[in-house]
Amino acid sequence: MIHLAGPYLLTAVLAGLGTYGVLARRNAVLVLIGVELVLNAATLLLVSVGASAGDRWTAGNVLTLFVITIAAAEVSVALAVVLAVFRLRGDVDLSEPRS
Amino acid sequence: MSGLDLAFAAVGVVAAASGLLAVTTRHVVHAALWLVVCLGSVAGCYLVLGAELVALVQVLVYVGAVVVLVLFALMLTRAPIGPRAEISTGRLHRVLAAVLGAGVTVLLASVLLPLAHPVDRHETDTAVLSRDLFSTWVWPFEVLSLLLLVALVAALAVSGVGARRSDARGEAARAEAELQGATGEPS
Repeated sequence: MIHLAGPYLLTAVLAGLGTYGVLARRNAVLVLIGVELVLNAATLLLVSVGASAGDRWTAGNVLTLFVITIAAAEVSVALAVVLAVFRLRGDVDLSEPRS
Repeated sequence: MSGLDLAFAAVGVVAAASGLLAVTTRHVVHAALWLVVCLGSVAGCYLVLGAELVALVQVLVYVGAVVVLVLFALMLTRAPIGPRAEISTGRLHRVLAAVLGAGVTVLLASVLLPLAHPVDRHETDTAVLSRDLFSTWVWPFEVLSLLLLVALVAALAVSGVGARRSDARGEAARAEAELQGATGEPS
């Protein structure tokens, strides 16, 4: 027996922390860390639903694998963009727009 | 409260604390390293919830690949070593961000917690999971492989942007460094 309140609470906390990380960071790579936390909150919710019996086609686990794959694709493109921005501007500070 | 609840509470507290440190620390590289701890303990949560394969994939792909990519990006963008205040926004902005983050937490918790109930943990059999993955989910699976290919090509194409300018900048920096006699790296 496991009570689902724990996983649900951790999901909410991770999503909140990720939102804070996206909003409160100026370094573009650290913003990505916040995005990763939000994605992990989503996958944790999927897995905890999968842990309760009765999800068809093991959807919770399979969709978690898919989200992890999409996160890997997302982070590779995002880091390529960050590197291009660093080459063009010399820094990756998101709060100082420059011409 | 069963043993599984206690085990989940243990790894969950580690995950939440390291997540908090990952978004608040003033050391750039420490943020990536705290992310390792957070993702690793989320993998532990998956184990407690009975999803072994997902936990292994989390360790392999997230901790193994994504965090290494993030560390590479930090190094290639010349991340400063030591505490820096300028990697975060100003105090007012951070307070607003904290209020919004807390709002997200409260909103999600107020929606999800009334749905929570004790369940008999349903352990996912890897054989069943792989059979479903390659029968019911085979088309999304194939489309995802296409997505990974597109992401690979896009990352290569995007990382070429600005390469010439960067070369010019690198030449200038190298010449300056040689002038100062401070270069220790082979060019």
